[in-house]
Amino acid sequence: MIIGLNQYLIVAAMLFTLGIAGIILNRKNIIVILMSVELILLSVNINLVAFSTFLGDLTGQVFSLFILTVAAAEAAIGLAVLVTYFRNRGSIAVEDINMMKG
Amino acid sequence: MNAAAAFFYIFSTVMIGSAFMVISARNPVHSVLFLILAFVNAAGLFLLLGAEFLAMIIVIVYVGAVAVLFLFVVMMLDVDFAELKQGFLQYLPVGALIGVAVLIELVLVVGAWTMSPAAIGSVGSPAPSDVSNTLALGRVLYTKHVYFFQAAGLVLLTAMIGAIVLTLRHKPDVKRQDIAEQNARDKSDVELKKVPSRAGV
Repeated sequence: MIIGLNQYLIVAAMLFTLGIAGIILNRKNIIVILMSVELILLSVNINLVAFSTFLGDLTGQVFSLFILTVAAAEAAIGLAVLVTYFRNRGSIAVEDINMMKG
Repeated sequence: MNAAAAFFYIFSTVMIGSAFMVISARNPVHSVLFLILAFVNAAGLFLLLGAEFLAMIIVIVYVGAVAVLFLFVVMMLDVDFAELKQGFLQYLPVGALIGVAVLIELVLVVGAWTMSPAAIGSVGSPAPSDVSNTLALGRVLYTKHVYFFQAAGLVLLTAMIGAIVLTLRHKPDVKRQDIAEQNARDKSDVELKKVPSRAGV
């Protein structure tokens, strides 16, 4: 049995779906939402690397490297905002994040 | 079934299972640990695909930095996570519905999709077969995509400065070193005391 491109794409689709469902299910917990975003980015990376391998084109892996960079930056900034917010409000519940509401 | 296929199914099953545990675990620390497991298995999938450099980068960056950052934040914040978990069952039907809909859509797309013959011919930077993955990636990354590489560095610099600016705070009661004040201090202001050794102050 040979593993083709479609198998990788289906695995990535399942991971993407779990990330989307995680955002909806854990609507109160922003840490789990950030982790779900990481899962979504990982599934996109799997797609890019799978296409890169099966097309014989290295550009997909370069893209994947940049997505990794942006994901790391996003996690760092997001968690820094989270820590600052927790200091100010003593809570990280998503429905409390309304200080900028007019 | 050959070894590559067996490893593909092992890695993908463990990865999907741990991704499911990330979103459904009761304790966020367990979520982070399952996230690490998912990343390690994704690195295994990348190895199977022949992207060795990216697999190692996934292990170093995601497992070594991002997941540990999550772990620090989860453990540092004194939050009642049981309270945050309350709406889970309430959102379960709509979450499962949207998830199944998205999965069906994606699987339909993947199933009906074929590669255009023109796309195979127009490969931007073909992967050479005689050198290693890291060398080939470096050859295109530092030449063809060098501006994107610099931009990625700028993104990381911005993230670093932003995270420091956001989280650094100066407490008024903490004594800090002021080098200019130390250097400007006059000798006559300083009182020297002879302290006997082993006697304490």
